[in-house]
Amino acid sequence: MDFDFIIGHLNYWLFIVLMMTGLYIVIAKGNLVKKIVGLNIFQTAVFMFYISIGKVENGTAPIFPMDMNVDPSVAYSNPLPHVLILTAIVVGIATTSLGLALVVRIHEAFGTIEEDDLLKIERDMATREYELHGSAMGGRA
Amino acid sequence: MQTFIDIVLFLMLAATAISIVRTKSLFAIVMLSGVFSLLSALLLVTLDAVDVAFTEAAVGAGISTVLMLGTLALTSRTEKPSSHSNFVPFVVVLITGAALIYGTLDMPNFGDPNAPAHVHVGPDYLERSVEEIDVPNVVTSILASYRGFDTLGETAVVFTAGIAVLLLISGLRRRREDEEADEVDDNEGQS
Amino acid sequence: MHHHLILRVVTKLLCGAIMLFAFYVQFHGDFSPGGGFQAGVIMAVAFIVYGVVFGVNQVKLVFPPWFVHKLVALGVLVYAGTGIFSMYLGYGFLDYGAFDPGHPSHGQHNGILAVELGVGITVTGVMVAVYYAFASRPPTINDEDW
Repeated sequence: MDFDFIIGHLNYWLFIVLMMTGLYIVIAKGNLVKKIVGLNIFQTAVFMFYISIGKVENGTAPIFPMDMNVDPSVAYSNPLPHVLILTAIVVGIATTSLGLALVVRIHEAFGTIEEDDLLKIERDMATREYELHGSAMGGRA
Repeated sequence: MQTFIDIVLFLMLAATAISIVRTKSLFAIVMLSGVFSLLSALLLVTLDAVDVAFTEAAVGAGISTVLMLGTLALTSRTEKPSSHSNFVPFVVVLITGAALIYGTLDMPNFGDPNAPAHVHVGPDYLERSVEEIDVPNVVTSILASYRGFDTLGETAVVFTAGIAVLLLISGLRRRREDEEADEVDDNEGQS
Repeated sequence: MHHHLILRVVTKLLCGAIMLFAFYVQFHGDFSPGGGFQAGVIMAVAFIVYGVVFGVNQVKLVFPPWFVHKLVALGVLVYAGTGIFSMYLGYGFLDYGAFDPGHPSHGQHNGILAVELGVGITVTGVMVAVYYAFASRPPTINDEDW
C-alpha cells in the first residue's frame, strides 16, 4: 500500500463511492421517481468507471488529425470503452423512459408512487381475494 | 494535475448525489440529477472520452430531465418520508462497496499504458483504422464499422424501448379493436 | 405559457440553430466528436424545446405523431437495409467494402454515413415519440402550480 498504489486506484474508489450512493437511493428510498434517479446515478458511475479503465497516461482523445498524418509518438486513449459506453448511454435513456412510463401507469392504477403505500394496497387486495375465495370454498382456502 | 481535477469534480458529484439522497422535493431532485449529468460530462472530458461526454451532456441534462419533469406532472411532486429505518440499506451498501473496492485491488494503476485493456484490441483498432477506415474519429469507425453488428443491436434496443413506452402510455389503439369493444358493449346492453 | 414573451422569442430563434447543429453533428461525426446517437438526441431536443414552450399540440402540427412513429421503424430499417444491400452486392452483412470495391476506404465512408443516418433517425423518432407520449396525457397539476 504505497503512495503510488493509492493515487493509481483513487479514481476507481471514488467512482465506487458514487455507485454506492446510487445503490443506497435505490434500496432505501420509497419513491419510485427517486429510485429511477438513483439508478441513473449508479449507471453514470459505472460509465465513468469504464471510461477510466480506457484512459492512458498522457494520452489524448482518440481522434486523429484531419489530414490523417498520425504522429507515432502521440499516445491515444483506448477508444473501445468509449464506443461501448456511448451506446450504453442512449440505451440507458431509452430504458429510463420505459421505467418512467411504468411509474406513470402505476400512478394511474394505484394513485400513489410510494413503495410503502403500494405494498399496503397490494396486501389489502390479496386479503380481500383470499376472503372471497375462502368463503366460496366453504370457509377454508 | 489530472488527479486534482478528478478529485474536485468528484467532490462536486458527491455533494450533488448526497443532496439528492436528502432532498424531499422531487422537482429539486430532477434538477440535481441534471446537474449530476453535466458534472459527469466534465469528468468524462478529463478522461479523454469526448464523444461520451457529448452524449452524456445531451442525454442526461436534456432529454432525461424533460422526461422526468413530464412524469412529475403526471404523478406527484413530493416524496413521503419513509417509515422504516435506513440502517439495513446502509449496511448493505457498505458491504457491497467494500467488496467492490476489494475487487479493484488487483487492477492495474489508473492510466497504466501496459494495462491488459491496452495491449490487445484497443491499439489494434487504433493502428488499423488509419489504413482500413481512413476516418479521423476512431470512435466512429469502431462504432459504425468494426462493431457494426453491436450498434445494430443497440439501435434495435432503443427501438424496442420506444415501442414499449408507446404501448404503455401513448393511448394509441387499433381502431378495429375499439369498434369491436363498442359492439360488445352494445350487445350486452340489448340482452 | 402565454406570458413568457422572452422564452417564446428565444425558442423561435434557437430551434433552427439546434437543428442545424444536429445535422452538423450527424454528418461531421467522422471527423469530430459526434455521430448518429448524439445527432438524434439533439434533433429531438429541437422539437421538445418547441413543445415545452408552445405546447405539445403546436409541435404535433409540425411533426405529426404518425410520422414520428414511422421514423422509429425507418431508422432500424435503414441500418439493417445497409447490411442487406451489402449482402446483395455479394459481400458479408454490413461489409462496407461492397459500396466501392475499387477503393475500400471510400466504401467504408459511405457505409458509415448510411448506418449513422439510420441510428440518427431511430433515436430522433424514439425520443420525440416518448416525449409526445408523456406530454399528451392529462397532467395532475396546472402549469401555474409548480
